[in-house]
Amino acid sequence: MSEDTRHPARTANSKAATRAAPGVPLLRIDAVVKTFGRFRAVDALSLDIAAGEFFALLGPSGCGKTTLLRMLAGFETPDEGRILLNGEDIAQIPPHRRPVNMMFQSYALFPHLSVSDNIAFGLKRAKLPASEIKARVKEMVALVKLEGLEKRRPDQLSGGQRQRVALARSLARRPQLLLLDEPLAALDKKLRESTQLELMELQRRLGLTFIIVTHDQQEAMTMAGRIGVMDAGRLEQVASPRELYEAPRSRWVAEFVGDINLIEGKFDSDTEPHPAMARRLAIATGQAGTIHVAEPRQPLAKADVCVAIRPEKIKLSRRAPAFDDMRTINRLEGVIADVGYLGGATSYRIRLDSGLVLRSSIANTARLDTDAYSPGQRVVAWFAPEDCVVLEQ
Amino acid sequence: MSAESNFTRPARLAAIAPYVWMVLFFLVPFLFVLKISLSQTAIARPPYTPVLALHEGWGAIKTAFAALSLDNFRLLVSDDLYVLSYLRSLVVAAGSTTILLLIGYPIAYGMARLPQRWQGVAMMLVIIPFWTSFLIRIYAWINILQHDGLLNRVLLALHVVSTPVVWLSTDSAMYLGIVYSYLPFMILPLYATLSKMDQALLEAASDLGASPREAFWRVTLPLSLPGIGAGALLCFIPIVGEFVIPDLLAGSNALMIGQTLWLEFFNNKDWPAASAVAVVLLLLLLAPLLLYDRLQRRQLERT
Amino acid sequence: MASGPNQLSRFNVTALTAGLAFLYLPIVILIIYSFNASRLVTVWGGWSLHWYAEFFHDQAMIDAAWMSLRVGATSATLATILGTLSAVALSRGAGFRGRTLFSGMLYAPLVMPEVITGLSLLLLFVAIDAERGFWTVVVAHTTLTMCFVSVVVQARLGTIDRSLEESAMDLGCGPFRAFVAVTLPLILPSVLAGWMLAFTLSLDDLVIASFTTGPGSATLPIRIYSEVRLGVKPEINAICTLVVALIALVIVAASLVSKISDARGKTAAPL
Repeated sequence: MSEDTRHPARTANSKAATRAAPGVPLLRIDAVVKTFGRFRAVDALSLDIAAGEFFALLGPSGCGKTTLLRMLAGFETPDEGRILLNGEDIAQIPPHRRPVNMMFQSYALFPHLSVSDNIAFGLKRAKLPASEIKARVKEMVALVKLEGLEKRRPDQLSGGQRQRVALARSLARRPQLLLLDEPLAALDKKLRESTQLELMELQRRLGLTFIIVTHDQQEAMTMAGRIGVMDAGRLEQVASPRELYEAPRSRWVAEFVGDINLIEGKFDSDTEPHPAMARRLAIATGQAGTIHVAEPRQPLAKADVCVAIRPEKIKLSRRAPAFDDMRTINRLEGVIADVGYLGGATSYRIRLDSGLVLRSSIANTARLDTDAYSPGQRVVAWFAPEDCVVLEQ
Repeated sequence: MSAESNFTRPARLAAIAPYVWMVLFFLVPFLFVLKISLSQTAIARPPYTPVLALHEGWGAIKTAFAALSLDNFRLLVSDDLYVLSYLRSLVVAAGSTTILLLIGYPIAYGMARLPQRWQGVAMMLVIIPFWTSFLIRIYAWINILQHDGLLNRVLLALHVVSTPVVWLSTDSAMYLGIVYSYLPFMILPLYATLSKMDQALLEAASDLGASPREAFWRVTLPLSLPGIGAGALLCFIPIVGEFVIPDLLAGSNALMIGQTLWLEFFNNKDWPAASAVAVVLLLLLLAPLLLYDRLQRRQLERT
Repeated sequence: MASGPNQLSRFNVTALTAGLAFLYLPIVILIIYSFNASRLVTVWGGWSLHWYAEFFHDQAMIDAAWMSLRVGATSATLATILGTLSAVALSRGAGFRGRTLFSGMLYAPLVMPEVITGLSLLLLFVAIDAERGFWTVVVAHTTLTMCFVSVVVQARLGTIDRSLEESAMDLGCGPFRAFVAVTLPLILPSVLAGWMLAFTLSLDDLVIASFTTGPGSATLPIRIYSEVRLGVKPEINAICTLVVALIALVIVAASLVSKISDARGKTAAPL
């Protein structure tokens, strides 16, 4: 194919090209829109991804994350916007001329080809010399630890082995960008966890850029350096896993990522905070009285707010803790409604006297359950202002 | 694959009636063909000897068996008429199967790529002619191909030819008739495999650098081989024994084996020779038949 | 919605259109010419129903048509019963002794050259001294068409979840009741489609009927064939058009049946 020579980026041996020019992100998605009929699957979405990143697109099904990934691979063409790879717009380039490879959710292994022929497929299309193809296939087989299975057909492999073939096949061309569409969804839990670690290790070792699409937040949190949370075709928040969990930017993100207690209330800027409460705000809630929270980085613009506290941040005790400790200023009394023992932690639901139900998760740090509470028991639930996040409604 | 459920045993009982029927009316008749192919022709009713007379006892049966001979088969080998008929049948079947494949594949491929809601309509349109009478469809072509038929008149009007072309009673007409009649048999198995193919495989191919053309040759075509095999056999086997189409559309100077059998039976009343022709035809078709049986079984019992 | 490698190209559309035109044009021309007033088949002499009237005065042709309809209905009914039974045995009976032979006997007639099937059945009928006529043709057609019914019904059975039957038996149905109450309603559309396919195949068959019928009981294709051998006659166009119309009617009925059963399946369980 003569086109190959005119697209140097497409040649399989393009290690040098993976080094992005300084200052230019490897991938820039610029106001991309994709509609199917009247449905806006991806809605003016912009995102930069740097070389060497492990980026996860997280969202519920139908949020547009797969459509976005398919536009990066070239299976869908954006209606508007640009997709820049190393500064070059690839939005209109067909998939077979892009230096991007994808690992499919179904793996899409060619059933009529052996493991090594599957891995060699992309190398043959790149017209590499036979000796080099052979060497590269061997290298890939070793990389994903499939030695001895080279002659097998996909239907003679286990699910985990197939996943490895798919990975090796998509890595064989040394893509500048590897797209992974729910790559672990078909594996069982144990295998999924060990594969997560292997994928991370591989990505670090090869210095590649990975974009993974997943609906499994655990998976995204474990593997990715940055996570983009998508909803209805837009990015709700792009942040590190810790920031996403501890400092969600919206109520939607707070509810989507992990478990959370939400208490609605009003912020009255006129009420003077407690003298001992510098840099704290008091939020008046209907069902939990006044809750003191740490002052958010940006001043609140609206009065209608919502206080969000993760269950593990809510402590329980039989008696009210001493008041002088600032960390216990938010204290709510109630009755244990039910108890869920999860092994590493125990999850409690506490019905407050106001009727509001809070969830609390207590780590089981000791083997004996001297600290456990039982249903019907009266408790005090308390939490520190620093552990609360104030979200505008 | 399935564990024996309580449903298995009664389901097996359901086999009894069709089993007995097929043994009686499909398997046993072949034994008669075999037996009569070893008999001699005679001017009698039925027109062959020996006649198995079971009621005359064991002795009669023994003499009847002793009278069987391989004479008919010697005739088949020695007379060019038969050898040439077999050869012509195989050549015509192979040729028309190739043409069917070349025409049927693009059609089936187009169908498989239609939007989902149109695929059902397209399949219906391909099946309907299969339901319409074979004979009528051949007759329709006679209408068109005859000396002053529509085809010649169109060609004359367009000044493609200056005098009417003889179409009927030619091999071209026969090939046309065969291709026309068997096209649905070729399209349907091809469409079945092509439409079942995982679109992600084509996307994977193009993701790995295959142009649409390469993706077709490296992925689509190899994966549709089972459909190609099923379609080819579904056409090839019956075409070898085809009677109506060559009889109505081809010339009379060269006969296909189905015609030879028909002539031996109806015109020459030589039942033993016709039976011998059938036995050899069956032996010729045994390999493709077994292959077809395997494909069919795998396809139906995979689900 | 997918673009790129899955798009319908101009080549695909051309192949489809040309292919369908090839399949339908001859039949359309035949139908048009059946309304031709002219005695010469190829000269257009205006619209007329003359040749249909001719057919209805041709007693031999009408007798043959009546014979074909009777043979078709009888053999299709027998074939549907036997074919459905065999499909149930093959798809639900797991492995049983003689299964390979059984399925082989059911698949082979689908492709077996008709001259062989016809000849072998005739030799059987002669050997057992059966009087040839209506019933011998019925037996021959049943043998051929039950294989088609079996394939059609098996394909449908393959798509039905076995746990439906098992749950019916779990709820206290015997195997027979479970079949009648659960499986049969689900496969009914394909059973009916099988009957219609068997009927049209029987209506269509020339070769096997020629071998197995007796003097004085010609079927419609046998009559048409002997006329066609003598050349094109406008009356044949009319008869063929009637047969095509009958088959079209059967197909419309078949698709209505499947539509109704689909609709019923959507609103309520077919019990």
